Amino acid sequence: MELTVLNETQVTEEGCSSGSCGSTDDQLTHLPEEIRQKVFNHPCYSEEAHHHFARMHVAVAPACNIQCHYCNRKYDCSNESRPGVVSELLTPDQAVKKVMAVAAEIPQMTVLGIAGPGDPLANPERTFSTFQQLTEKAPDIKLCVSTNGLSLPEHVDELCKHNIDHVTMTINCVDPEIGAKIYPWIFWNNRRIKGKKGAKILIEQQQKGLAMLVERGVLVKVNSVMIPGVNDKHLEEVSKIVKAKGAFLHNVMPLIAEAEHGTFYGVMGQRGPTNDELMELQDSCAGDMNMMRHCRQCRADAVGLLGEDRGDEFTMEKVELMDIDYDAAMVKRKVIHDAIEAQLKAKMDKPDEVLVTLGGLKQKDTRPVLMAIATSGGGVINQHFGHATEFLIYEASPTDVRFVSHRKVELYCAGNDDDGVPILQQIIKTLEGCEAVLCSKIGFEPWGMLEEAGIQPTGEHAMEPIEEAVTAVYKEMAESGKLDDMPADQQLATA
Amino acid sequence: MAYSIVESCVSCHACSMACPSEAIYQGELHFMVDQRKCTECEGDFADSQCASICPVEGAILNGFEEVANPPGSLTGIPPERMQAALAEIQSR
Repeated sequence: MELTVLNETQVTEEGCSSGSCGSTDDQLTHLPEEIRQKVFNHPCYSEEAHHHFARMHVAVAPACNIQCHYCNRKYDCSNESRPGVVSELLTPDQAVKKVMAVAAEIPQMTVLGIAGPGDPLANPERTFSTFQQLTEKAPDIKLCVSTNGLSLPEHVDELCKHNIDHVTMTINCVDPEIGAKIYPWIFWNNRRIKGKKGAKILIEQQQKGLAMLVERGVLVKVNSVMIPGVNDKHLEEVSKIVKAKGAFLHNVMPLIAEAEHGTFYGVMGQRGPTNDELMELQDSCAGDMNMMRHCRQCRADAVGLLGEDRGDEFTMEKVELMDIDYDAAMVKRKVIHDAIEAQLKAKMDKPDEVLVTLGGLKQKDTRPVLMAIATSGGGVINQHFGHATEFLIYEASPTDVRFVSHRKVELYCAGNDDDGVPILQQIIKTLEGCEAVLCSKIGFEPWGMLEEAGIQPTGEHAMEPIEEAVTAVYKEMAESGKLDDMPADQQLATA
Repeated sequence: MAYSIVESCVSCHACSMACPSEAIYQGELHFMVDQRKCTECEGDFADSQCASICPVEGAILNGFEEVANPPGSLTGIPPERMQAALAEIQSR
């Protein structure tokens, strides 16, 4: 996807802080070819890739060397979807077997990450044994690792031996005062170190590790958890600093905190950010930094496209029964990867198509509009409204169509009629701010309720590429005069 | 004297990697301390390593069978707050 702005001056006038206001892929197109090659098929690094390529995590790393206030070291909870949670801890040998089984069954799986449930680098033997075996047995899989950074400096050279192109590091702060409110303790030099002193060591190690990776040409994505009242104001500074040090992408994620998770923040009633607060922070960081907005904060044992989890199909019990011919699988994988790559390349070669259509707008000063998309992957509108467990949110304006976020919802068609209306009301609340829903099909009842709430549903663009459909709907809205008025909810607010 | 591990252990392996005496092994339900091998880290470290890295309050007992990390000491959650939250969740 290349939705670069046509005219930067115009964008500036509209208040966007710089030409980098688009989603991640806008920037991918400006990257050197060598880096683009490293990320074009990585779903966690490229927004476009996440529609087509899948990833998986293997839970081989149970131990951790720090405590975060949003984490609870309890593993077995199949209903929870958040980082740090897994159902089944694997040995490196089991993990290798599982990865090869998934790669054969889901050929579009390109990336294997180790992300926990503890910290991969606090379990160096298990982590590196897994990487080493996979480098030999499944050379067509990209390897990556996600860490809190405390032990990163001592392991950077070992990581580079395994040909790891990508490292994700969670950096929530660069100020020990703030760090002490996020990390109650770290384990360092054989002692548990609490409070500000511990946070300071962690921050120093993170910054050192970041510099070492950048020096060695490894792409670093920085994850930050947005905690309102704790580090929300501070994250803009974090974004600037990590960019200056050479991080490639910044991913600001919302805090997940519920009392039933048993975490400090959950029990103490710390709230997470609203969708608007998160988007606002991501936008204000975007002036300085390449932002990731499609993260799904997946479990440390997730399998499949981002936003889906097929982990249940690949429990060790099931994997042990599978007979995998990996040489044959590699041939099939290559064919499928080439086809997706060709499709993405074709799209890149005609980058201005969407903008040409937008350029045909008679009025150039219409306001931007948010739209919700139901898709099950492939970059097209192909999901029934009632089957969606999340919606992708796109923003259309006269100059740009861009992906801004995703919003999770409860399944509307869960089969229980009694639950339908309350769930629908909840979905409508989640989609607040959107003025259209694009899906493959939608039932009569949700159609009426959405329309009443000022969100126009449409099934007319089924199977069309998302950006093209969003562009078409935006054009229709502009031409029908709908965009001359304020959105329905704002009219009410000012009335 | 030796440390021991009780059933609230979540089997995260951290203590077994930190132990200087290779005294910790994975038992059937949770990790265990081999009482003959445990030295309480004397001569190796100032603080006993298993109790210093364990993330679960109450999971490790010292040689006097006292809880090494009492409630609230690791999470920062005041014990009465935790009790209240548990009661609230159970009443739902």
